[in-house]
Amino acid sequence: MNTNSNSYTMIFATVMVVVVALVLAFVSGSLKETQTTNVELDKKKQILTSLNIDTKDQDVNALYNQYIVDEIVINANAEVIENPKVEAFDIVIKKELAQKLENRALPLYIANVDGKTKYIISLFGAGLWGPIWGYVALDEDKNTIYGTYFSHASETPGLGAEIVYPAFQQQFVGKKIMNDKQEFVSVAIMKPGQTTDESDYVDGISGGTITSKGVEAMLMNCIGQYEKYLQISTNGGTEE
Amino acid sequence: MSKLFSDKTKQVFLGPLGKNNPITVQVLGICSALAVTAKLEPAIVMGLSVTIILAFSNVIISLLRNTIPNRIRIIVQLVVVASLVTVVSEILKAFAYDVSVQLSVYIGLIITNCILMGRLEAFAMANKPWESFIDGLGNGIGYAWILVAVAFFRELLGSGKLFGLQIIPQAIYDAGYVNNGLMVMPPMALILVAVIIWVHRSVNKELQEK
Repeated sequence: MNTNSNSYTMIFATVMVVVVALVLAFVSGSLKETQTTNVELDKKKQILTSLNIDTKDQDVNALYNQYIVDEIVINANAEVIENPKVEAFDIVIKKELAQKLENRALPLYIANVDGKTKYIISLFGAGLWGPIWGYVALDEDKNTIYGTYFSHASETPGLGAEIVYPAFQQQFVGKKIMNDKQEFVSVAIMKPGQTTDESDYVDGISGGTITSKGVEAMLMNCIGQYEKYLQISTNGGTEE
Repeated sequence: MSKLFSDKTKQVFLGPLGKNNPITVQVLGICSALAVTAKLEPAIVMGLSVTIILAFSNVIISLLRNTIPNRIRIIVQLVVVASLVTVVSEILKAFAYDVSVQLSVYIGLIITNCILMGRLEAFAMANKPWESFIDGLGNGIGYAWILVAVAFFRELLGSGKLFGLQIIPQAIYDAGYVNNGLMVMPPMALILVAVIIWVHRSVNKELQEK
């Protein structure tokens, strides 16, 4: 058989492509479900971590059902969207950020930790090399930060990548995101040693300035979307 | 059995572990050796993945070697490797999600690992399936053990841990010991690989260039 003829080459290539496509489609199809479960579990773990709950070697689903009492979708005008197109848990925050503020569907997780209500907001932003994301949990007053979780795709180990460690994240606990006039000011991340009067601040990471600024911008942009919702009760209204 | 483990097959298997090691002698696959060796667990998974993919793509190419049209042989090799990599990556996502997150893009980049194309083109295209399988195993393990060795030192000295468990006791930290942050940075992997090459060449004098 002449394996160098044009027609043989064409047939070989065609058969190869079809066989490979079938194999890959089969593998992908049969593993899809397990993979989706993993991704969901991982997301639940991240949300729980923002509540300072240790998920290591725990049944994450059980913990999640225990602590998270509600998942709602709101818009930028603080209206709760009933029957949203996409469930709160499945909303991809990156896609929402690409839309106009008034069109965004914003997920809000409501947790109950030891009898106290906590509000969890999804975060997404840009670091130095790639995306960064996380969750921030707010106390009942919708003002004080209760806990944070940050992660990243490809920040520099030892520098920007330090945002995933408690040493950085614990600084946020107890900081306020509103100023005395109940205006949203977020939390600034300053170079260690510098201060600001305009809002609460934490120390950034030495050598990881761009990632630190990325986290700062992410907090500003993502929590900012919820500004009106967060102001309702801090203004002394009767939202509950 | 004698044919299965003849002197030649033994040589095919043992060569890449020592005197013909893909990383320390042929200097292939360095990129991933730098990227995934900050901790032991991803290094082992990476080594295993490469070994499996290399062994099976070697067998597949060896089985097809007489039917592959010469003009598109590199494309055929790439397609075989790429589909095996995709399968492994899907399996990891389903059954070892945490590790697949840690390895991120590097599993996909196995496709471009020079060891694979090198072995397919140099060995599997000209040898029988069984020898090719052994050759794939040998080269894969030769790659893996270097990764594990590098990861062992990087994790131990860089974070004081092995497999994520604290090895260096707190008492030593209290006495003033500090983790070497440089160890978790990629350049340190290069230096460690160089040290292994150095030791390797002083043991095997015939590898030294005149």
